[in-house]
Amino acid sequence: MNFDLTEEQRMLQETVGQLAERQCPPTEIHKRLESDEHDAALWSSLSGLGLPGLAIDAAHGGAGLEILDLAVVSETLGYHAVPGPFLGHVLAAHAIGLGGSEEQKKSWLPALASGERIATIAFGEAGSVWDPEHWSLSGSGSLTGEKTFVPSAADADLIVVGLTGGQLGVVEKGASGLAIEPVDCADLTRRVFHVSFDDTPCETLPGGAAAAPAVRDVGLSLLAADAFGGSHRLLDMCVEYAKTREQFGVTIGSFQGLKHQLANMALDVEPNRGLYWFAAYAQDHAPEEAQRMAAIAKAHITDRYMQIGRDSVEAHGGIGFTWECDVQIWFKRAMFDRAFLGTPSEHRERAVQLAPWAA
Amino acid sequence: MDLTYDSELESFRDEVRSFLEENWPRQGDDAVQAFRQRAIEAGYLYRHFPRKYGGSEQEAHPLKGQIIREEFGRARAPSEPLGIGPSMLAPTLLERGTEWQKEKFIPRTLTGELIWCQGYSEPGSGSDLASLRTKGELVGDEWVINGQKVWTSGAHLADYMFCLVRTEPDAPKHKGISYLLIDMKQPGVEVRPLRTMTGTADFNEVFLNDVRTPRDWIVGERGEGWLVSRTTLKHERNSIGGARRTEESLNSLARLAKKTMRNGRPAIEDPEIRQRLATIEGYVQAHKYSGFRQLTKDAKGESPGIITLMMKLFSTNLQHEVSKLSLDLLGADGMLSAGDAHLGKPASDAQSWIGAYMYSLGIAVAGGTANIQRNVIGERGLGLPRDAAAKRSAK
Repeated sequence: MNFDLTEEQRMLQETVGQLAERQCPPTEIHKRLESDEHDAALWSSLSGLGLPGLAIDAAHGGAGLEILDLAVVSETLGYHAVPGPFLGHVLAAHAIGLGGSEEQKKSWLPALASGERIATIAFGEAGSVWDPEHWSLSGSGSLTGEKTFVPSAADADLIVVGLTGGQLGVVEKGASGLAIEPVDCADLTRRVFHVSFDDTPCETLPGGAAAAPAVRDVGLSLLAADAFGGSHRLLDMCVEYAKTREQFGVTIGSFQGLKHQLANMALDVEPNRGLYWFAAYAQDHAPEEAQRMAAIAKAHITDRYMQIGRDSVEAHGGIGFTWECDVQIWFKRAMFDRAFLGTPSEHRERAVQLAPWAA
Repeated sequence: MDLTYDSELESFRDEVRSFLEENWPRQGDDAVQAFRQRAIEAGYLYRHFPRKYGGSEQEAHPLKGQIIREEFGRARAPSEPLGIGPSMLAPTLLERGTEWQKEKFIPRTLTGELIWCQGYSEPGSGSDLASLRTKGELVGDEWVINGQKVWTSGAHLADYMFCLVRTEPDAPKHKGISYLLIDMKQPGVEVRPLRTMTGTADFNEVFLNDVRTPRDWIVGERGEGWLVSRTTLKHERNSIGGARRTEESLNSLARLAKKTMRNGRPAIEDPEIRQRLATIEGYVQAHKYSGFRQLTKDAKGESPGIITLMMKLFSTNLQHEVSKLSLDLLGADGMLSAGDAHLGKPASDAQSWIGAYMYSLGIAVAGGTANIQRNVIGERGLGLPRDAAAKRSAK
């Protein structure tokens, strides 16, 4: 019985955190909000730490680690609101690792593991459809139709596309008929795109149908981890502000009204650490609970994150409502984490369908 | 990360299981006492108390402690008796008592033979407990005590009270208090039941008029009572128990939702009810895995951090949500009383839920109100400055 991170996992978090503090502190993120250029230097630094290939097996150039390792990195990236394609990339790599043929893995994974090529997932369809069971884009060999809310699509060399029957296919950059349009989303640290296909060549992953729900569940776990990290950061920012801002001649953190608000926020943050750990751990070690725990963790933690975002604006007063205040960066990441791959209420309903107590 | 127990601990679990198979259930009037005695001899109960005080004198091992609780729970075997004597007084004496106090009080407290009540709160001293005014004066070889205590659970059954008394009226407020032990069966102690909103009388008011206690029935030095009352023993803390109970609450709630009709079908099929149950489960699971984190930290001898300060308020909030949903599921039965279970009349299912609905508020207030918990989280957990008024009054 050892429900804790390993020393290696803690060091990984620390290293990623230090890199983020150096290369993308909030002042840098603010600048980046004004530009839609991919930050190749940042991605290359993250690649230098091996993050893109963390969970890709060693035979294909990765570190062969587990979903929990991806999740603890996601927590740190969420804490620092690190911009870039990490989430879509690791999910796409996971999809190829689970569902690809040996030949496909050999041809795609090494370059994804090194970060030399970027991948993403196109799971969303119009009408808030995320569930593999409900995907309607069809085609074999070539695709015609649309996907939406595809993260980092403009920068991606490979797009893993969700197809009818819960199948997965891979479309490469520059393929004929592939068109990518930015979606005007709030979170500018993880830009999303509308992707359309017109007789576009697509290579099917033979094990895609089995892989798709697992990739979705990993995605839910990583979003939960990102949300934990982000809500933790917001809490830290609010506490720091309450300790420095003075009114009526004292620091505002001494007022019970604010102190209690911050205590309530802490109560919405800290207990979720173990929840996301277990959801991620279950993906590799507790298959019978993996689906349900991913749904519960995603629903609960992203929902709390959004609430913490609202509370954080209030705790900062007028400045909290401005563009220049850092709160808005995390507030908008909360909006992404909450809606991407399905809202809390959708996953709560799924969790009940899977619950032993509801049977 | 590994949620399994290693082979050494699994064989410890087997050992506990075979002990339980051999010893529980058993027959006879003294079955529970006799069982406990065997369990102490075997090293399963009162692990942190020395043998000479009636404990089993085991090295602290949070994981073994957890396995014992799990297996005793599974076998429905009697564990350490509930009550404030074994859980608060005995550990405090162990840390701060004199040798004769330990010998005299601990063994019989652990067996449940001596019943204790706690004399802390007063009508004018609730959240600001250190402002208490019950007075103790040393007259010859005896303390003479006058004042009033309130919210005293079990005072009508208790043999003794451990009591906070102001003995140094000129000292600053936290330094003027002593921790005294008082015989409850003496003239001058008057216990009046205090009826709660559920209809039951769980606790009492206690009036102390020229009550006497020997000079050396003081734990710690004069004026150290505040510190003595803060003695906590973290030996094998039960960090999973709370989460187990909330998980059971969720299961009962789901059973209630299955047998209750709503809009012409079982409530468990109603989308709103499903959302609320699943929302509660988010908190239940967070609770559960926070418990595992604390258990792991305890086992490594590391501090679990801010989470330990939060668990009471977290459980309280969760119990509120469970209660509110139960009241909605009860529909018109939500008008019922909590019943008269305390008079021996069995309450209906609905009435038990009503009782729990009201009782969740008692839990929210007992042992430090929710707002006081928020102060603790804010000040000790987040490092926020103390409230100006509290700072002034501490001087």
